[in-house]
Amino acid sequence: MSAGGAADAGRPAPSAAGAGPDGPLLRVRDLGVSFAGPHGEQLRAVDGVSFDLAAGEALGLVGESGCGKSLTALSLVRLVDEPPARTAPGSSVRYRGEELVGAPPSRLRRVRGAEIGFVFQEPMTSLNPVKRVGYQVAEPLIAHEGLSRAAARDRARELLARVELPDPERALRAYPHELSGGMRQRALIAMAIACGPSILVADEPTTALDVTVQAQILELLARLRRETGMALLLISHDLAVVGEVADRVAVMYAGQIVERGPAAELFRAPSHPYTEGLLRAVPSIERRDRRLAVIPGRVPAPGSWPAACRFHPRCPYAWERCATEAPPEAALDEEGGRHSRCWLVAEPARRAGHGYVEVGG
Amino acid sequence: MIGRVTDLLLPGARDLRGRPLRGVAVLLAWIGLWALAVLRRDRLLATPGAGRPDWWIALLGLVTALSIVWRAGRPRATGRDPAEPDGEWAAVRAAFARHRLATAGLTLVALLALVAVLTPYLAPYDPAAQGADLVATRFQAPSWAHLMGTDRFGRDVLSRVLYGGRVSLLVGTLAVVIAITLGSLVGAVAGYARGWVDTVSMRTVDLLLSLPRLVLLITIIAFVDPSTTLIIVVLGLTGWMGTSRLVRGEVLSLREREFVQAARVLGFGRARILFRHVLPNVATPIIVAATLGIGNTILVEASLSFLGFGVPPPTPSWGDMVLRGVRDMHEAPWLVLFPGVAIVITVMSFNLVGDGLRDALDPRASREAAP
Repeated sequence: MSAGGAADAGRPAPSAAGAGPDGPLLRVRDLGVSFAGPHGEQLRAVDGVSFDLAAGEALGLVGESGCGKSLTALSLVRLVDEPPARTAPGSSVRYRGEELVGAPPSRLRRVRGAEIGFVFQEPMTSLNPVKRVGYQVAEPLIAHEGLSRAAARDRARELLARVELPDPERALRAYPHELSGGMRQRALIAMAIACGPSILVADEPTTALDVTVQAQILELLARLRRETGMALLLISHDLAVVGEVADRVAVMYAGQIVERGPAAELFRAPSHPYTEGLLRAVPSIERRDRRLAVIPGRVPAPGSWPAACRFHPRCPYAWERCATEAPPEAALDEEGGRHSRCWLVAEPARRAGHGYVEVGG
Repeated sequence: MIGRVTDLLLPGARDLRGRPLRGVAVLLAWIGLWALAVLRRDRLLATPGAGRPDWWIALLGLVTALSIVWRAGRPRATGRDPAEPDGEWAAVRAAFARHRLATAGLTLVALLALVAVLTPYLAPYDPAAQGADLVATRFQAPSWAHLMGTDRFGRDVLSRVLYGGRVSLLVGTLAVVIAITLGSLVGAVAGYARGWVDTVSMRTVDLLLSLPRLVLLITIIAFVDPSTTLIIVVLGLTGWMGTSRLVRGEVLSLREREFVQAARVLGFGRARILFRHVLPNVATPIIVAATLGIGNTILVEASLSFLGFGVPPPTPSWGDMVLRGVRDMHEAPWLVLFPGVAIVITVMSFNLVGDGLRDALDPRASREAAP
């Protein structure tokens, strides 16, 4: 047993049932992560991110590359190296009511392995090339639940069968390079759910896979969620992927959540111009006649985020206020289910006469 | 069943199913070797001075060694059973076997190791025994009675070269084991921890590397009574710096790889990540460094002995033999020639194996060979 693993040994504490009356399973408030810039200034790569995740719920986190999605996910389990990064004061991540910001490392290691599981984008490189798949799937059980090698291997076989890997017995003995991308992603999912986490964070789980395999993996994630009742935080730049799986969606832009709400409503009637732009850029089979729109420009780097509303230089509706005052997260309805970080919520009349320019002839 | 047993004894002999005779030969050779070790352990452990050689035992040992080398040197059958996933070693073995010189080097290394083990049986005379009539027996040229001649005390040079080889291999191997272990530990911890740990250990390495190794060795040995153990330890303690730099560099780049991140996300502790996930990925450069290190260490030990600071007499040592042979070089050139050739062959064999391993383990080369 490794020195670091000593604190992890022993049986897992039985998880408290549900979230209880005191809130959701995971409650994130004002999460901020910053890096020191080249001139010593603090660049806020994640800024004031707040969201809730209820037990068994699927939340989609959407945004272009570089907008802080993965950083948000990693900082949930305090896996952002500090330094160079810095967590903003006032950030709060509560898991079952327990504050994780500032929690002791041994506790965090337990949370990572056994309570919050992760699946990453790159199945090709996320497995150790010199260890057999069977050992890698069994290792969390050995480290966190103190199972013997033989027992862990039996459980690993079951897990591989559960993620629908053909011929689990053979996969146990295989090295990662002997498996295909889809099979490796299944093995990684098996590792992530080995200790029965109550939250599974999937960071672009299908991006590196081809389309048919993508669909299978999404289906697998949905089925595992149904069977185990674990919550799913699905991070993707692909709206189609998120729309297929998520109950609720949060859209990120330049380190902030700009809009969040139930998936169906958000996709049907986007409120924030950025969400609208993303949706207008997705081709649709049902509406072949519709032309696609393009959001002009690109996501700026963390050092050069515009003042006030960060989207205003690219926004077709922007007016003076957007460049001078930062919009607050405003509720769109009475229940508080939908929020948008845009002045249009306060001044809806400004929408008229503007909009995205469609491309093509 | 037999396949399983041969698997245990010699990984890679598993195509017994396809070529039963070769598998059985390997199995028998191993049984022979173990029987030898167990039944005649008194002879194996005997100190210099064991009398006449047991030729039949030596013959059995040689056959064993040759069969092992023959097996290890063969590239694996191409039509592998797809249901039997092989490690990356299969490709490495094949790449190594294609490297003629490396295979030759490995054969020589295996032979040298075997000869070292069997020296008490192979050596025709006691390496310390002086001739009864000193004048008549000294400085005899190589002949059938003394294949490598005799020295100024009438001692048999062949026997002394054989026993000296034992010492050289023992010193080289053990010193490298110490150096590699220490170097890997320091390098791995420095590379993984970074920060001040890295700075302190790497500046220490720089400092030690700035001192000439031979001078450092002589200084240390001058303060303590020399013994074989001391030489091994001191050679080990002065030879780890290169490895630690190598390992540190590898670890620095490996720690940023996704699978290490994945291990962190799984909540593994630092020690588990470092030793179970990062270090196994550095195994290949470490193996290469160790193989090349053995040759180098044998050379350094010979230099030390030549300067009179090596393994103390009466233990025979190649460097010491060269030193003492130099003054009689004009009368008896074989005194210098044979131990010198032994040094060259040994060091060269290890270097050939090291070079071959480096080529075989090169990711670019093995990618093509990978299935």
